[in-house]
Amino acid sequence: MLNFYLNGRAVSASHLCADTTLLTYLRTHQNLVGTKEGCASGDCGACTVLLGEYVGTQWVYKSVDACIIFVVQLSGKSIITVEALASNGELHPAQAALMAFHGSQCGFCTPGIVMSLVAFYEAKLSQYKTRDNKNQADSPNSMAVTRQEIETALSGNLCRCTGYRPILDAAQAMFDVDRFPRAQNTVKDTVKIWQPKAPACDPQVNNGAPDDVLPRMVSSKKQAWAPTEEAELKRLIQAHPDATLVAGATDFALKVTQQYQSVSKIISLNSIPELTHVDVTDDHIQIGAAVTYAQLTQIFLKYYPEFGVMLNRLGSQQIRNSGTLGGNITNASPVGDTPPVLIALGASLELGGPSGERSLPISQFFISYKKTALMPGEYLRRITIPKLKEKEYLKVYKISKRLEDDISAMLFALKVTIEDAVITAAKSGFGGMAEIPKGSKRLEESITGKPLTENTFEQAQSAIDQDFSPITDVRASAGYRNEVAKGLIIKSGLELLQDSVDAQVVTRVEQIHDCDSLKCLSQGNPLHHPRQHLHQQSQEQPQNLGPTPAQPSLRPSFRPSGDTDAEV
Amino acid sequence: MLKSEQQETTAQIRCRPPKGRMGHKAQHDSAQKHVTGKAIYIDDIVEPKGCLHVAVGGSRFAHAKIKSINLEAVKNAPGVVEVITITDVPGHTDIGPVFPGDPVLVDSVCEYIGQPIFAVAAQSSLEAKQALAFADIEYIECTPILDIDTALAEKYYVRPPHQQKRGDAEQAISEAEHVLSGSQYIKGQEHFYLEGQVSLVVPTEDDGMMVYASSQHPTEVQKLVAEVLGIGINKVQVEVQRMGGGFGGKETQAAPLACIAALLAHKTGRACKYRMTRQDDMIMTGKRHDFQNAYTVGFDKQGIIQGAQITLAGKCGNSPDLSDAIVDRAMFHCDNAYYLNHATVDGIRCKTHTVSATAFRGFGGPQGMMVVEMMMDDIARELGEDPLTVRQRNLYGVIHDHIKTADGSIDPRNETHYGQTVAQQVLPDLMDTLAKSSDYWVRRSEIESFNAHSRYMKKGLALTPIKFGISFTVQHLNQAGALIHIYTDGSIHLNHGGTEMGQGLFVKVAQIVAEAFQVDLERIQVSATRTDKVPNTSPTAASSGSDLNGMAALDACEKIKSDLIEFAADHYAVDASDIHFENNHLVVKKSDDKSKAETVWVPFAEFIQLAYMNRVPLSATGFYKTPKIHYDRAVGKGRPFFYFAHGAACSEVIVDTLTGEYKVLRVDILHDVGQSLNPAIDIGQIEGGFIQGMGWLTTEELSWDAAGKLSSNSPANYKIPAAGDTPIDFRVNLLPQAPNSEATIYRSKAVGEPPFMLAISVWSALRDAVSSLSDYTYSPPMNAPATPECVLNAVLETKSFFVAKNKTEINNDAPKHDAQNIKNKPDVQGGS
Repeated sequence: MLNFYLNGRAVSASHLCADTTLLTYLRTHQNLVGTKEGCASGDCGACTVLLGEYVGTQWVYKSVDACIIFVVQLSGKSIITVEALASNGELHPAQAALMAFHGSQCGFCTPGIVMSLVAFYEAKLSQYKTRDNKNQADSPNSMAVTRQEIETALSGNLCRCTGYRPILDAAQAMFDVDRFPRAQNTVKDTVKIWQPKAPACDPQVNNGAPDDVLPRMVSSKKQAWAPTEEAELKRLIQAHPDATLVAGATDFALKVTQQYQSVSKIISLNSIPELTHVDVTDDHIQIGAAVTYAQLTQIFLKYYPEFGVMLNRLGSQQIRNSGTLGGNITNASPVGDTPPVLIALGASLELGGPSGERSLPISQFFISYKKTALMPGEYLRRITIPKLKEKEYLKVYKISKRLEDDISAMLFALKVTIEDAVITAAKSGFGGMAEIPKGSKRLEESITGKPLTENTFEQAQSAIDQDFSPITDVRASAGYRNEVAKGLIIKSGLELLQDSVDAQVVTRVEQIHDCDSLKCLSQGNPLHHPRQHLHQQSQEQPQNLGPTPAQPSLRPSFRPSGDTDAEV
Repeated sequence: MLKSEQQETTAQIRCRPPKGRMGHKAQHDSAQKHVTGKAIYIDDIVEPKGCLHVAVGGSRFAHAKIKSINLEAVKNAPGVVEVITITDVPGHTDIGPVFPGDPVLVDSVCEYIGQPIFAVAAQSSLEAKQALAFADIEYIECTPILDIDTALAEKYYVRPPHQQKRGDAEQAISEAEHVLSGSQYIKGQEHFYLEGQVSLVVPTEDDGMMVYASSQHPTEVQKLVAEVLGIGINKVQVEVQRMGGGFGGKETQAAPLACIAALLAHKTGRACKYRMTRQDDMIMTGKRHDFQNAYTVGFDKQGIIQGAQITLAGKCGNSPDLSDAIVDRAMFHCDNAYYLNHATVDGIRCKTHTVSATAFRGFGGPQGMMVVEMMMDDIARELGEDPLTVRQRNLYGVIHDHIKTADGSIDPRNETHYGQTVAQQVLPDLMDTLAKSSDYWVRRSEIESFNAHSRYMKKGLALTPIKFGISFTVQHLNQAGALIHIYTDGSIHLNHGGTEMGQGLFVKVAQIVAEAFQVDLERIQVSATRTDKVPNTSPTAASSGSDLNGMAALDACEKIKSDLIEFAADHYAVDASDIHFENNHLVVKKSDDKSKAETVWVPFAEFIQLAYMNRVPLSATGFYKTPKIHYDRAVGKGRPFFYFAHGAACSEVIVDTLTGEYKVLRVDILHDVGQSLNPAIDIGQIEGGFIQGMGWLTTEELSWDAAGKLSSNSPANYKIPAAGDTPIDFRVNLLPQAPNSEATIYRSKAVGEPPFMLAISVWSALRDAVSSLSDYTYSPPMNAPATPECVLNAVLETKSFFVAKNKTEINNDAPKHDAQNIKNKPDVQGGS
C-alpha cells in the first residue's frame, strides 16, 4: 500500500509502476490535465503542484515540479493541483490577481505560475499568523513582500509571453485582501482540501512492519518502497542491491523523463526521520542525506552567509523544495553547486553500509567523473560541516549564463583564516574546472602566510593555469572558465579587503534586486579604494562579512498599496 | 452569456456605453480558463478510443546517405502497432511550404541530425520512444557543411542571392570623409513556446482526417495533410483552439507532425497523437536564423551616412522553408530607422546541414537591424559623439540643409533603399520624447561619473529606435476571411482565419465586432479557428493578425448591419440614415410627424429576434486584402509594406568587468501602436516582445558541436529569461494620439513583432558599458548573444586595445585625450 491525499481525497497508488512520475499520474491516471508538461525536466515549472507534509498538527505546503517526482516519494503526503483552487468558482487571490494584471497570454505556463504564487501566498500567510499570533487570519495585506521574495517564489517558472512584469505585479498585489479577498463561502471545502483529517500514512505506524504493510508499489516486475526508518532501509538495500535510492530525485528522474529508461526498483528516502533531520551542535552542522536545500537555506544564511545566498541560486524554488544536499553530493556532477563549497568548508560524510558506518572527508569522496568512493551497498547518511570559527571567512561565487535557475559554468569557494591582516590558512573548492569538484592546492599555498593585499591575490591567479585544464562545453569555453576563475580570485581578495560594515557596496550583479539597490548604485557606491585592514567582526555577526543582505528585508519601494510599516 | 442584461434593466443598459469595446483594456478571452487550468491544449483533449502515440526516429548524422534500413526489431518492440517510412506515403512526399526541399520522411539523403527517417505508432508514448532504439540503419557519411563561412566559400545556397541598390554606394563611400567597416555574428534562437509541438489526428468516415493542431497556419496543415495522403483538401479539417505560444515556430513547423500522425492514422485506421518531447522539439524543429553581417559605411564629420554597403548572410539550414522571405526581410530592415542614402544591400541564403531555420518573431528583421545599430555605435565612437546624437541625425525625415540630391534640392531623406517612402514620420519626435522622459542626458552624465569612479562595475546606456514594415512581403498572403453569425437571442458567434497563440487576437477581433454592433463584448463568442469555417487563410504571422482578420470581421459585420438596417428602415418606415446601433440597442429616429420626433430604443436581442422573424440574413462572411502594396524583386524596388510601426527603448545596464556578468537595471519604452485596439494587450505584447528579444541578445545561446549536433537541447542548458531578468525599473508607454496614417482597422498598428527589436538597446548598452573602459574611444566587437563570456571577451579586448593605444600615444607624445581623465581610470591589469 502507498497512500496519499490528492486534492483532499485519499488515494492509493499501490498498483503503479515504480518509475511513474507524479505528472504522468495526474495527467494520465487522474485526467487532471490542468497541470502541464512543458519540459519534463524540472526546468520550466508548467507542472508545478503543491506538496504538503504533515508537520506537528497541520499540513505545510511547498511548490514542487510534478514531472520529476516519483509517486513513491509521496507516501503520506498531500498533493494539491490547480483544479482544486477554485472549486466553487471563487478564485484564489493569486488567480484573481493574475487575471486582473493581464498575467497570462498563451496560458500554458499559467497553472504552474498560479501554483507557485499560491505556495508563496500560503507560506506568507502562515508566517504572518505564526509571527503575530493575530486573529485576523485572512488579512495578510499588512505584510510587505519584496521583489526578491517574489523572484525567488517564481524562480522555477518560465513564461515566454509576458516578460513577467504583470506576473510580478500580481504577486505583489494579491496580498491586498480588499482587492483580492480570499473566498469566504468555500472555506469548508478549502479546509477539506488543504487540511485533510490526518496523515494517510503515519510514519510511526509502520515501524518494522512486514512488506505488505510497508508503503510500496508493485506493478509488472517493478517495485518501489518508501521505508520509514533506517533499519528498514538497510534491510531493503541488502535484499535489493540493484535498487536505486532517491531523496529528491530531481536529477535521477531525468533518466525516465529524458532518456526513456525503465527503472524497476526505487527506494525513497523521504520518509526516514533520521535522514531528513538537521542538527546544529556547538561546532558543527549535521545534515541528514535527504534534507532538502529549502530546509537548509535559513541555517546556511545564518552560519555560512555566502553559501546561503548561493543556495538561493541553486536550481529553482521547486528544485530546492525537492532536491537534497545528499543528492547533490552522491550525484557527483562536476558542476554540482554545493560540493566545491563543502570541500572549502572541510565537510565530512558519514556513510552507512552492510559493514557498519564510516566517515570520509568530502575531498576524498569524488574519484573521477561521476564516480564516488561509495562501496556496493553503501549509502550516504549524513553530512557534517564545521561551523566557521572566529577569523574564518567564506567566499562563494557562482557563474552561469542566467542568474536564476541555471547550472554553474564555474563555481568558486574559498575559506580563509585572517589573523592580523595575514592569511594564515586557506581552503578552496572549484566546480566546472575539472572532471570532479576539487580545490586548488597552488592557490591555497600561494595565499597562505601572505598579507591580505590585492597583490597577494593577483599573484595567486596563476594557480588556475597550473591546477586546472577545464573543458569547453555548452555552458562555457575553457578560456572563459580560466579567465573568470582568475577574475573571481581578484574579486574575493577585494571583497575580503573591503570595509564590510558598508553594506551599501555592490560588488556583484546578483545583489541587485530592487529599487533600493538601484538607488544605491546611482549614488555611486561601487567597489573602490579597498582598505588595507579587515574590519574585525565577532563570530556572532558573520553575515556582515558578505555585502549581500540576503534575508528578505523590508523594501519600502516594493510594497502592496495601502501598506503601512509592517516588517517581515 | 448576456448576464449583464439579466441583472440590469433595459433603461440602465441604454444609458451606458457597451462594455469592453474597441480601445478598452479587455482581458484575454481565456484569462479565467488560463488561471484555473481549464484552457484545453491539444495534449489535454480526452484521447479518442484506441488512440496511438507517435515517436519519430531521426538521422544520426548531419549529412549522410542511407545505405540500409532494418526496422523489424522496431516493429516487434513492446507496444508498437505500426512503423512507416517514406515508402508508406500514398501522396506527395515533399512538404516544403513554399519551395520543395522538406521530405516528410527522409528518402535517401539525411541533411541534419534528427531529420525524421521513420515513424512509430505505439500504445503509449514511452513505448513509442523506447522502440526507436531498436532501429538498425546503416549510413554512408558525407562531409557536412555546418557554418556560414563554408557555405559562402562554396556558394552553397538554398535560394539565389538577392540585391537591393539605391544610388552608387561605392562612390559615395570613396568620397566620404570617414569610412568604417565592421562585422558581427548573430546566433539564432529557440522559440521555446511553453507548449511543445503537437498534433492529434482522427480518421473520419469519409476517408479524411480531423486534425487538431497547434499551428499558426491551419490552412497549410490542411493542404499538406491532404497532399501526403493523396486526397482532396476538402477531406481534411484542421482545428486550432489555441496554442501555448507560437512566436513563428508554429508557422511551418507544426505541419510535419500533423502529416506524420495522419500517415499513421491512415495506415492504422486509429487516432494518432504526435507530441514531441521538449528535447526532440529543440533538435528537430527550426529556429531563428543565425546571421553573419558585414558593413562598410562612409559618413561625414557629423556622422551622417553618405553611403553603405551591407551584406547579410543567413544560415538557412537544409531547406528553403521560409528563408527567402526571411532574408528579404532582413534586407528590408538593415536600414532600421536610418536613411542610408547610397546603399547596396546583399542578402545571401546559405545552405547548411542543420535543421532548416524558420520564422521567429521579427522574421529576419531583427538580424537586419542589428548591423545598422552596430554601425551607429561604431560611428559615434569614431567621432567621439554620443551614439544617440548620431542615431537622431541619421533618422528618416531628419533634413540637413547641406545635404542635397543630385538635382541640387534639399534631400527629403525619406526614401528607403528599396524605394518605399517613409510616409508617416513618427520617430524624430518619439525619440526626443523618450530621451526627455527617460532623462537620457542626465543619466548619461551620471553614468560617466559613476564609471570614472567605479573600478570594476561599469554602467552602460543606450537609446535605440525601431521602424518595422507591416505586411507579408509575399503579396498574396495579405488577405483574410471571417465568419459571423448572430443567433436569435442576440448572441454573436465570431470566427476568422487568425489563430490564437496568446497574443490576444481573439479578444481584439471580438472588440472590433462589439464596436461594430455597439454591444457588450461578452455577447461575442469566438470559436476555434477551423478550416471548414473560414477557408484558404494565411498564417497568423507577420504581426498581421488583427490588421487582416479585424478588417475581415468588420467587413462581415458591415454586411449583416447593412441587411439589418435595410430591414429596420423598411419595418419602422424611416430612412436608413435614421437608424443606428448604440448602447446594446437599435436606435430608430422616427420623424414622420415633423413636429415631434420620437426615438425608439429596441434592445439588440429583441431586434435580432424581430429580424429573424422577418427572414433577414443574420450570418455573413467577410473578406479583406491589404491595398497599395507591391514589390518587384527583379529590380529590388517597390512598396512592400502598407505602413511602418515604430518605437524606441532606452536601456541601462551594469557590467561586472571581472566576470562579464551583467544586469539590466532600467528600461524605458515608448511604442507606436497607432490607435490602440486594446492597450492592455498591446502593453503585454511590448513587454513580452522586449524580454524575448533581450533573451535572444543576452542569455539564449544555441550551441552546436563539431558534428552538427545541437548541444543546447534542453531548458537546462538553453536559458530563456526568468522572472529575475525583468528589469527592476521597467516603464512602458504607448505613443499617445498617433493614429495610423493609413486606413487600418480603427487606425491601429500591428504590435506582435516590432517590440522584439527594442531589445537591441540592451545589447548596445552592454557595448556602451564595455566601451567605457576605453574612455569611449573603442567600439568593442560583440557578437550576439552577449553572454557573460562574450561580454568578458569584449572587456579583455577593450582593455588590450586601450593599453596598446595609450602606449602609442605616450610614444608619440601627443595624447589625444585629457590626461587627467585617463589617470582616473585605473588600469585593471596593473593593480593598485
